[in-house]
Amino acid sequence: MLKIENLHTKVDNKTILKGLNLSVEAGEVHAIMGPNGSGKSTLANVLAGRDGYEVSKGSVTYQDQDLLELAPEERAWAGVFLAFQYPVEIPGVNNVYLLKAAVNAVRKFRGEPELDAVEFLSLVKEKMKLVKMKEDLLNRSVNEGFSGGEKKRNEIFQMAVLEPKLAILDETDSGLDIDALKIVAEGVNSLRNKDRAIVLVTHYQRLLDYIKPDHVHVLSDGKIIKSGGPELALELEEKGYDWVKEAAA
Amino acid sequence: MSTNTENVEDLVRKEYEHGFVTDIDTDTVPPGLNEDIITFISRKKEEPEWLLEWRLKAYRQWLKMEDPTWAHLDIEHIDYQAISYYSAPKSKDDAPKSLDEVDPKLLETYEKLGIPLQEQKMLAGVAVDAVFDSVSVATTFKEKLADAGVIFCSFSEAVKDHPDLVKKYLGSVVPAADNFFAALNSAVFTDGSFCYIPKGVRCPMELSTYFRINASNTGQFERTLIVADEASHVSYLEGCTAPMRDENQLHAAVVELVALEDAEIKYSTVQNWYPGDENGVGGIYNFVTKRGDCRGNNSRISWTQVETGSAITWKYPSCILKGNNSIGEFYSVAVTNNHQQADTGTKMIHLGKNTRSTIISKGISARHAQNAYRGLVKISKNADNARNYTQCDSLLMGDQCGAHTFPYIEAKNSSATVEHEATTSKIGEDQLFYCMQRGIAEEDAVNMIVNGFCKEVFKELPMEFAVEAQKLLGVTLEGAVG
Repeated sequence: MLKIENLHTKVDNKTILKGLNLSVEAGEVHAIMGPNGSGKSTLANVLAGRDGYEVSKGSVTYQDQDLLELAPEERAWAGVFLAFQYPVEIPGVNNVYLLKAAVNAVRKFRGEPELDAVEFLSLVKEKMKLVKMKEDLLNRSVNEGFSGGEKKRNEIFQMAVLEPKLAILDETDSGLDIDALKIVAEGVNSLRNKDRAIVLVTHYQRLLDYIKPDHVHVLSDGKIIKSGGPELALELEEKGYDWVKEAAA
Repeated sequence: MSTNTENVEDLVRKEYEHGFVTDIDTDTVPPGLNEDIITFISRKKEEPEWLLEWRLKAYRQWLKMEDPTWAHLDIEHIDYQAISYYSAPKSKDDAPKSLDEVDPKLLETYEKLGIPLQEQKMLAGVAVDAVFDSVSVATTFKEKLADAGVIFCSFSEAVKDHPDLVKKYLGSVVPAADNFFAALNSAVFTDGSFCYIPKGVRCPMELSTYFRINASNTGQFERTLIVADEASHVSYLEGCTAPMRDENQLHAAVVELVALEDAEIKYSTVQNWYPGDENGVGGIYNFVTKRGDCRGNNSRISWTQVETGSAITWKYPSCILKGNNSIGEFYSVAVTNNHQQADTGTKMIHLGKNTRSTIISKGISARHAQNAYRGLVKISKNADNARNYTQCDSLLMGDQCGAHTFPYIEAKNSSATVEHEATTSKIGEDQLFYCMQRGIAEEDAVNMIVNGFCKEVFKELPMEFAVEAQKLLGVTLEGAVG
């Protein structure tokens, strides 16, 4: 589904990713772990198409197309979803209104009829249960005045409604207490299926106690230096990142 | 950063969509202003002698005045002798009795603007007094209003049919020599709207006027007077667009509102005059004096405006809170794009006891535009327990535009409460990216964010006007996505 080859990326003229390779198949959950500054969030942003991330070398192929050629919204239409590390607040824009516009933009792209308000609301009601979203958050302005946990939950709620093929979760566990973490993890787990790939970008192992990855990769200085199964995450937790770095050196 | 800024700039480059000119013969006087021209206008309109005298008095005072220069505006010198002060569609001698008699081209113009009168006639609830150039040519719903005792007609008709009311209230809120532009208007105004709601009457429909500047080089000098008698209620809508022109067109309107005891006036404006092209050529100069007088106790006047057009806007809809417990409100969205300039705001003059005022101002600047909020809150010595809340928010799109806030507060009574909040934010690339990542195209995302910013004001507009305002904001700030 997703094939990243020799990816080099510059941000503000500084090279962050230095030859990253990664292959993700449908149905798989991959965890990308690494110390701060290793390029985890850069990877997430490059895949989503954020401005200011310049690809100087390498390629990203998603479902047989050149992902880097697509505008951010075109990637979204093609099923790429990014759960933001820092979800932004948009004052005055109703949370549900934004989501309805998003759903209908995707449907329009696929040539499907747009959902009317009634159809959309029943979809929303169903998905809310997945992440135990409080109803009043639906009609508030996007993320405005939301707690850290509510913001992250809102991201997973949006993911549930948009049903992406490739979901990239950028530090979704950061800033969550253990209860919120469990709820978010349950939401993500319920969205796992054989057609959907999930890439978890995280600093800590604790998220992986609740979302069990198929593959774990260690990102260091812009490259994946070690890959393995879920047990790798536990090893990292125990021994720290330096151990892998030394082993790779 | 840089590419995204450019994209935002592409978005705001959309050209004015309502630019076309209707081809109708006009009966226009040669450019220039003197007592003969004023007398000509007054005679042409068969006005009583007192009104001609009033005009001439205003003119003589205007001669002694100078263009105001205090606003945060860069205005080229205006040659008032180069302007023609009267223009009317030729058919005025046999004024149409119904829409069927109206020049079909005129109706076409309205249809291009999306306001087909034929349909509006059927749309219950909105009466339209359409001002085309300087003479009203179509008035609908008059009968239904007459049943309620409401007078809603062109200013010229009011002068003929209700001279006592006009004489009593004209200039009672905005005196003839109030300011440079008001004095000019008082001297040469050609038409406008007049509205009187009798005691205890709730106007059965929203009253609406569509203005449209058409003849080239013709200044428009509208005069609107709305009087709400005791315990009456009226909601008035004013909306306008203009055809594309190269010359700067001057517009200096005066709007006077009078609310007597327990009366309520809600005045909503959507203004979309030609702002000039993207280099700032052409465009309307909009110098308007709007003032409401809460003359009676417990009266209320509310101004809501959405300003997207004009090259230059100079406008401060104000409230004089004379009656005890009276309420003044000002809700404003002012959008400036390209080389547009706006200096707009309000004045809340608290004179009575327990008077309250609310000011919500949202300024949006894009590309090279300058947007200034200028507001005065004045609490006089006798205004015990007066309260004001002011909130001014500015949104910047791109990094070459400007937002300025000039709040003036004069409080002479220690029991007053005056609050002022102001914010300035840039349309966030983070916000845009967030929406786009969810699949919303860039121009829709900009539209969504901007409309969210303006929400507090839009919710004050009557429903159909709110929809129109949102559309207008879209037209003003969107473009083909680059």
